[in-house]
Parts: sequence; structure tokens; C-alpha cells
Amino acid sequence: MIINVARKELKSLFSSPMGWIILALLMLAFGSFYLQGVNNYFEVMSGSIRPAERVGVTIFVGQTVYGIASFLMLFAVPLLSMRLISEERRSQTLPFLFSAPISLTEIVVGKFLGLIIFLSILVGYILLMLSTLNIWSDIDFGYLLSNSLGLILLAASFSALGIYFSSLTSQPIIAAILSFIALFALMGLDKFFGSQPNHWFGYISLMKHFQSFSRGVIDSKDIIYFILFITTFLVLTVRRLDADRLRG
Amino acid sequence: MTKATLNAIDLSRQFGDNFAVKDVSFHLNKGEVLGFLGPNGAGKSTTMRMLTGNLAPTQGGVKICGIDIIENPKEAKALIGYLPEIRPLYKEFTVNEFLSIAARFHKVKSSYVHKAVEAVKDKCGLAHMSNRLIENLSNGYQQRVGIAQAIIHNPEIVILDEPTVGLDPIQIREIRKLIKEIGKKHSVILSTHILPEVEMVCDRVQIIDKGHLVFHGSIDDLKQQRLGNKLLIGLSKPPTLSKLKSIKGVEKVEKDEQGMLVMKFKDKYLPAEEIVSLATKQNWGLYHIAPHVTSLEDIFVQLTQVQTIKNRITKGK
Repeated sequence: MIINVARKELKSLFSSPMGWIILALLMLAFGSFYLQGVNNYFEVMSGSIRPAERVGVTIFVGQTVYGIASFLMLFAVPLLSMRLISEERRSQTLPFLFSAPISLTEIVVGKFLGLIIFLSILVGYILLMLSTLNIWSDIDFGYLLSNSLGLILLAASFSALGIYFSSLTSQPIIAAILSFIALFALMGLDKFFGSQPNHWFGYISLMKHFQSFSRGVIDSKDIIYFILFITTFLVLTVRRLDADRLRG
Repeated sequence: MTKATLNAIDLSRQFGDNFAVKDVSFHLNKGEVLGFLGPNGAGKSTTMRMLTGNLAPTQGGVKICGIDIIENPKEAKALIGYLPEIRPLYKEFTVNEFLSIAARFHKVKSSYVHKAVEAVKDKCGLAHMSNRLIENLSNGYQQRVGIAQAIIHNPEIVILDEPTVGLDPIQIREIRKLIKEIGKKHSVILSTHILPEVEMVCDRVQIIDKGHLVFHGSIDDLKQQRLGNKLLIGLSKPPTLSKLKSIKGVEKVEKDEQGMLVMKFKDKYLPAEEIVSLATKQNWGLYHIAPHVTSLEDIFVQLTQVQTIKNRITKGK
């Protein structure tokens, strides 16, 4: 059942110009940063003579591309997630889902999964693009995989939060703005508490947990953090939809 | 006794302090079309939303073929097809896409989805619209898609909330025909505020007003109430009322606004022939004689007013 809901969501993303445009624009951005990264690599490396200053091409280009990817997701995900529930609320199609033999959890997880599959197209594309470096050099695939995993977890967290805000309102654009502000705050929490690196407030920042992935470290602590983050917001969404049924 | 497919037991729903629906109990038999009648804001849609599990009742419960919709929502919902008042259509999909999504959501086996979609399109006359975007369909066709998604999984019970609202007369006739056809195989609950529609389509009628059931019975009962045992007689040279009252079997004679006479007779007694011969003999100038039909609207007003009066009395206590 979850798969059927996810399929419907994917179909709906691809049947509007929104999905295609975001996909195309992001790929254009990633592509140009990749090219720039490769160009810069030769300039910078020819300048640095001492071995300590030299960085591998994977890390050099990867850092640029994944850095910009995590930043762009901040804009792209709210735009994609905003419609998931609020649009159904606005066009009154929720009864269609509610009166089908699907539980609320299945609806929410299905919608979430649909969006994740859509976003993983982007992550897959970045991975493929960076793998082309392997044609003329020997790249570190472990680093790429760790970054991809980090990026997909980050995007999934964004989506979970986006779905929750989408369930609160019947205006997609309000959902987008709210989730963008919330995400921006959560991303920057560690910057605000930069003076106290071990403060718990800094610890709940999304970026802080993405950083270890971007260094190539897969830390179970960070994975658990992301999973908890996603679960929290999905549960909140289910509860919000259940309140519709109870309160009317 | 036929087995009931749907049982509503003391359904109540409160919004804030006022009850939108209060203590509504009824059942639906297999293969029956039940009309749910009421003025705007009477609680029809609220009741239907509770029947389909879209809204939790404050009190009471709903059993679909013996399955409680609150305890086992998935099993119960699989037996229902529901078309809400506002059609829940994804307008960015084509008819085919939308119907296959509906079929999959209602647990139609994936190998059978295609067949189910074709069958339901045939039934609803949508075959030539297969690849059109729902957005571009006319109102009537959109309504058909709405009905199609409600019956695609062959449910035991089909619940249609005001299916003919906003359609033109030809479309209304077609939709009614379709509903009648559906009623042969499934049990149907149909809500409407158009009275003649109920008479045309339904087997049984239920009238709801301000959240209370004020009437339920077969369509014949309603017709009985409507027809009564009355004659409407037009006389250009009428005799005195007392003379008319002396005719055998007459219970009451009244004059209506247009100067016609309404004669009420005792049960199983309709001496129309006698009156005609009397009228010609005594030269009353008979120009009209016909059974007197109280319009459904009148009955409706009567029933709902009786309820308000009853309420006042109970409140007065």
C-alpha cells in the first residue's frame, strides 16, 4: 500500500512542470559546480607545491558539489514538499485517501517515500557525475558513497519537516515558507552557538550531523539522529491528519 | 429478514457545543437504494462522512457488514465506495491513470487493475474519455469519474453525497440511470435535497432535519403520505359545503386558495364516479376532478415542522 501511495505521489510530481523544472535547474547547478571544481583543481594544485597542501581530486571536487547540493536542497525540498498534503487539502481530495482502505501512517509514509525517490534521482545523478572523474584518475568511492548517504538523509529530514508543515495549512506557499524558515534555523543552529561547540542546542543542528558524512565518516550516531528527526516529523504529521478525523 | 449491510447505531457528532447529527440510527439492506433527504445543513454530509470513516463520531458507531469502522477501519473501508460532495479528483491525471490509482488504493489485485478500469469505464460511459486529463472534462463527465472511482472495487456499499448537484437535466437523467443500475448489484446510500429524485431512484427514504431523523420508511409510505385519500374537485356552481359533506364516506371538505375543493375520504373509499354523476345530475358545473397530491415539498415541510414543534414541547418540559 505504501508503494502505491508513493507511486501516485511520484506520478503527480512528474505530471506538473514544477517537478521537471526543479530537477533540471538543480542538475544544471550541480553540473556547473562540478565543472568549476575540476577547473579549479588544476589551478589550485599547480600552485601548491608542498605535499601537505595537496588534496585528492575526489575530496576537492566532491566538497564543492556536495556542499552546494546540501545548500540547494534547502530551497528545493520545501518547494517540492509544500504540495504534498496542503494541495490535497485545498482541492478537497483528502477524503479519497481517507476512505480508501489505507491507514494514515501508510498515507504519510507513502507520500514521504515518493518524495525521497524523486530526490534520490538527484543524489544518484551527482554520484554518477562524480564517478566520471574515475576515467582519468583513481577516485575514492567510499568518500562519494558516504556523502551520498549523508545527502539523502539530509534531504529526507528536510522532506519530513516539509510534509509536516504541508499538513498544517491548505496554502502550499505558506507551507513552503514555513518549512524553509524552520529548516534554515535548524541548519544554522550550530553557527549561532558557535562559541559553545558542545551546547545541546548546537547539537540538534542538521548541518552538524551532515558534516561528518561530508568528511567521509559514516557515524551511527548521525544516522540515528537523522532517523529520529524523520520519525518525529512523520509521527507529528500522522497525528495532525488524525486530528482532522477527530475534530472535523 | 434480509441481512443488513450497514448499521448506524446512535450516531452523534458534536461541533463545539451544537450537535450536527444527534442519535441517528438506521440500517441499509443488501441491494437497496436508500435516499437520504434533508435541507441544507441538516447533517447529511456529516452523517456520510461518519459512515465512511472520514470523521469520528462523538457517540455511537457504524458497522459495515458487521465490521466496526472505528475498530477495523481498513477492513470496513474496503467494503465501501464513497463519493463526497466535492469530487476528490486529481485533475492532473488522465481518466485511466486516476482510475487505476483508485483501483490500487482499494486493493484490487494488480493483475486485475486493467480489467477493473475497463469495466468501470464501460459502466459509466467513460470509454471514449480514457486518455483525457480530468481537468479538461466537463462537469458531468467529472461526476462520472467520481462515481467510477467509488464503484471500481465492487464494494458492498456505495455512498454518494449529492451526486446530481450542478449538472444539467440530461446529465442528471443519465446519472440517475447509472445510480439505478448500480443499485441492482450494490447497496446504495444517496443523499440529496431534491425530492422527486428520491422518488425516482430510491427504494427507501430517510429524512433528516437539524441532525435528527424525522422520517424513515419505504418510498411507498412516502407516496402514501403524499397521495392520501383525497380528490381535488373543481365546480363552477358549487353547492353548500354541508351538502358535499353529506356524501357517503366524506371525512372533510376544504376550499383551497384557487377555489377548488379538496375532499378527504375515509380509508379505502374513493367515490369519484358517484360525485361525477351527482355533479351532472344536480348541475354543479364540474370541470376538474383528480386525485389530490400533496407535493413532496409540503410533506417535507410538515415533517420538519412537526419535529420542531415536538422539540419545543420537550424543551418546554
